[in-house]
Amino acid sequence: MSTDRPSFRHPQAARNTAGFTRKDYEGAISTLCAGCGHDSATNAIIQACFELAIEPHRVAKMSGIGCSSKTPAYFLGRSHGFNSVHGRMPSVATGANMANRDLLYIGISGDGDTASIGMGQFAHALRRNLNLNYICMNNGCYGLTKGQDSATADRGSAGKKGVPNPYSAIDLCELAIELGASYVARGFSGDKQQLVPLIKGAFAHSGLAFIDIISPCVTFNNTATSTKSYEYVREHIEATNTFDFIPLQQEILAHYPEGTSQEVVMHDGSIIHLHKTDAGRDVTNRRKAVDSLEEEKAKGRLLTGLLYVNQNIMETHDIINSTLRPLNSLTEADLCPGNTALQKINAGLR
Amino acid sequence: MKPTNIDNPEYFHKVIDCQYACPAHTPVPEYIRMISQGKYDEAFKINWISNVFPGVLGRICDRPCEPACRRSRVEENPVAICRLKRVAADFKSPGADFLPEVPAEKNGKRIALIGGGPASLTVARDLLPLGYTVDLYDNQKKAGGFIRTQVPSFRLPEKVLNEEVDRILDMGVNTHLNCQVDSLKKIVDLGYDAIFVGTGAPRGRDLPDLPGRSEGGDAIHIGIDWLAAVLYRHVIRSGPKVLVLGGGNTSMDCCRTAKRLDAEEVTVVVRSPKADMKASPWEIEDAEEEGIPIIDNHAPLEFVIDSGKLVGMHFQKMTAETDGSGNRRLVPTTEPPVFMPCDQVLLAVGQVNAFPFIEPELGIKMTERGLPELDPTTHQSSIPNIFFGGDAAFGPKNVITAVAHGHQAAISIDLFCRGQDLHDRPAPSTNLVSQKMGLQDLLYDSRVATDHRYAVPTVDRAKSLKNRLLEVELGFSKKTGHQEASRCLNCDVQTIFDFSTCIECDSCVDICPESCITFTDNGDEEDLRTRLLAPSDNKQQALYISPALPTGRVMVKDENVCLHCGLCAERCPTSSWEMMKFTYNCPTAGEK
Repeated sequence: MSTDRPSFRHPQAARNTAGFTRKDYEGAISTLCAGCGHDSATNAIIQACFELAIEPHRVAKMSGIGCSSKTPAYFLGRSHGFNSVHGRMPSVATGANMANRDLLYIGISGDGDTASIGMGQFAHALRRNLNLNYICMNNGCYGLTKGQDSATADRGSAGKKGVPNPYSAIDLCELAIELGASYVARGFSGDKQQLVPLIKGAFAHSGLAFIDIISPCVTFNNTATSTKSYEYVREHIEATNTFDFIPLQQEILAHYPEGTSQEVVMHDGSIIHLHKTDAGRDVTNRRKAVDSLEEEKAKGRLLTGLLYVNQNIMETHDIINSTLRPLNSLTEADLCPGNTALQKINAGLR
Repeated sequence: MKPTNIDNPEYFHKVIDCQYACPAHTPVPEYIRMISQGKYDEAFKINWISNVFPGVLGRICDRPCEPACRRSRVEENPVAICRLKRVAADFKSPGADFLPEVPAEKNGKRIALIGGGPASLTVARDLLPLGYTVDLYDNQKKAGGFIRTQVPSFRLPEKVLNEEVDRILDMGVNTHLNCQVDSLKKIVDLGYDAIFVGTGAPRGRDLPDLPGRSEGGDAIHIGIDWLAAVLYRHVIRSGPKVLVLGGGNTSMDCCRTAKRLDAEEVTVVVRSPKADMKASPWEIEDAEEEGIPIIDNHAPLEFVIDSGKLVGMHFQKMTAETDGSGNRRLVPTTEPPVFMPCDQVLLAVGQVNAFPFIEPELGIKMTERGLPELDPTTHQSSIPNIFFGGDAAFGPKNVITAVAHGHQAAISIDLFCRGQDLHDRPAPSTNLVSQKMGLQDLLYDSRVATDHRYAVPTVDRAKSLKNRLLEVELGFSKKTGHQEASRCLNCDVQTIFDFSTCIECDSCVDICPESCITFTDNGDEEDLRTRLLAPSDNKQQALYISPALPTGRVMVKDENVCLHCGLCAERCPTSSWEMMKFTYNCPTAGEK
């Protein structure tokens, strides 16, 4: 097995506006199984970072435990990272985010790390609307421990072992909308055309952006009886809408006939243009977003795309009114009010 | 686009850029692999079967393979293919057990070869094992042709040449050396079943109309004749101040030889800009490194004679202009003529064909250019049993082309003598073998080395400039040869895609370091090339297209900069990609 990739890249490989090539966003060679959906998800992240010309040293990657949580080793090799305890990625991300709100935070988790051991952490990160890009690589099984059903496995779905799962599944997207996430999307590792813009939209969003990536486990859960196999997902996928992500710096060239698109302006000034396919679907309306998910589920379909976005929910820093500056830049003068101020406070208490 | 037909042997042959570019289609990656494994005998044998003169070509080949090498599209320099060929020749064991058996009992057919150069020797090599009787006629005392008389020993030692020429002669060629064929009719009258003419382009071009040419007398030489005279020691010294006219390889050989014959000052003067010189870049480099200036854009005007003695030359400065239709031509500048002093001039301004021995009444049709009218595939002339090859066929080319001609002519002569259709030629033999070993290993070394091209060590310059017989290049050591061999990208190990088992997981797309692979909707070639993951503007390189996949998309692989690293196959969960070694061997005479 190869332990590294050849160092050569395409001689005409493009550079982004920050002067980086795609190679500058790569990490070590993957040690996951050949064909793992996580590798595609990883590459979608690399692609999104490259296209948005994000400076690698302005990114922090956080993860928990699991196949998915290994992936930060495989992208953004020049960024900051913290591989934490099982299910505890949100805590570590919260701490880091509180210390420095200027970095872009990418939290990588899996269905076990999120929907089982880390459920409590997940819920509270959502509730606080932490400014975090929470990416869950969801394959419906515990791949690292030989493929047991996870909490997101659909009832009746059977992996390689062949025993149908008797329990009902947790829909992480519905839960995220319910618990206060301000950007919720679902993608499929096998469809980068949709996934890359979803990730770019998340990066532009301020607040908790949750992306549930259905990412098949080729080794344990890519069977004909599984609802998280490449084939099943391809056959049952339904997109809410197609959309264009237009970064702030880019001139708006596309023209949208009136009434055919819905415009969402992100905090950083980027714009998401949603092409309306169904007037009943309004991704800025929380109730309708949940309805859409439930309706498609009833039809046996898997709804993907941008599911819900709300630009009006404040992120944690704004809620707690914390300093705008990274803590490491605060000096004694900023932190210590001085003797005069202390005297004043003391006087007020007398 | 239609799905690629990988059953067409030429598809993967074209992916092996070096082999495809080689006129003799030598299986380059295979012999380089043998070298990297230390199997020099096998590497030599592969070469000998294909190009007949590995030791010679490992030194003086024109190397069309190297500019074609995929490595030069990935980094700065191609693999040193030519010098690796020499490694195979240098380190092979002395035995010759690779030689084909020549039957004691002849088949009764007699073949005459006119000229003893590489083309004729190749024909002999190919026909002797089939039982033909081969008579070789040459006007020199030793066979070898122009690679003997024209190529100086400091580039090609006589020992190497003798070994490779004698290997063929010893297979049972009846040699008629020191034998000037001045009448082809006489040969025809000897009743040969077939005659092969490989007499090269023997005449060096002169500048007869340039003022002072006749007065200059013996201070002015035709380059190739002068080189032959040096070889036979008729010339042992050169003038102190030498001008060499011409920008081809002969010019480089002349100037470097003059430098070794005690010339104090040697200057090469070229009509055209340096970039347009015909000489191989490495020959130019070698000459310049020996301190020989090359002055370009100077056209000769006259030889300057003072009291019956050559004292210099006048040149007109030229400039290259592009006319409206994009053609470049040389025009004189308005500057006054430039005088360059000299006491000897070597003319290396081109070679021409000459067939003074072919009588018109034989009825061999000639073209306006004075070349025989030939079938380009069979090399047959208008007289069915007379064939031409090498420089004598289509004008001056190079040794490896002559060898390729020899192979084709031998096939034709064999078919002709057996009374078969010359156009019903044997097909190349091909093979496709999986390189999979166990679950995760490959039979070939798929690691892509980042080493830059290794330079060939040379002898001490002061020493080599004193001795024209001392070979300048020392050749790679075994170790450096191994390192250079590891730079080869194994382009003969093909990426084979089976669309029927692909689950479109994108693993190959994600891992490919060169972004060669794209899954997209089909379209015509021009449109597809704009929609691939990486720029795809090298149209010489094919796109490998699969039939439609379950999503309706197709797999498109741009062969251009594929490293043949095998990662697509390694990361494919369903083995839809497989690395398979493609072997392509040219047919030889007697095969069907």
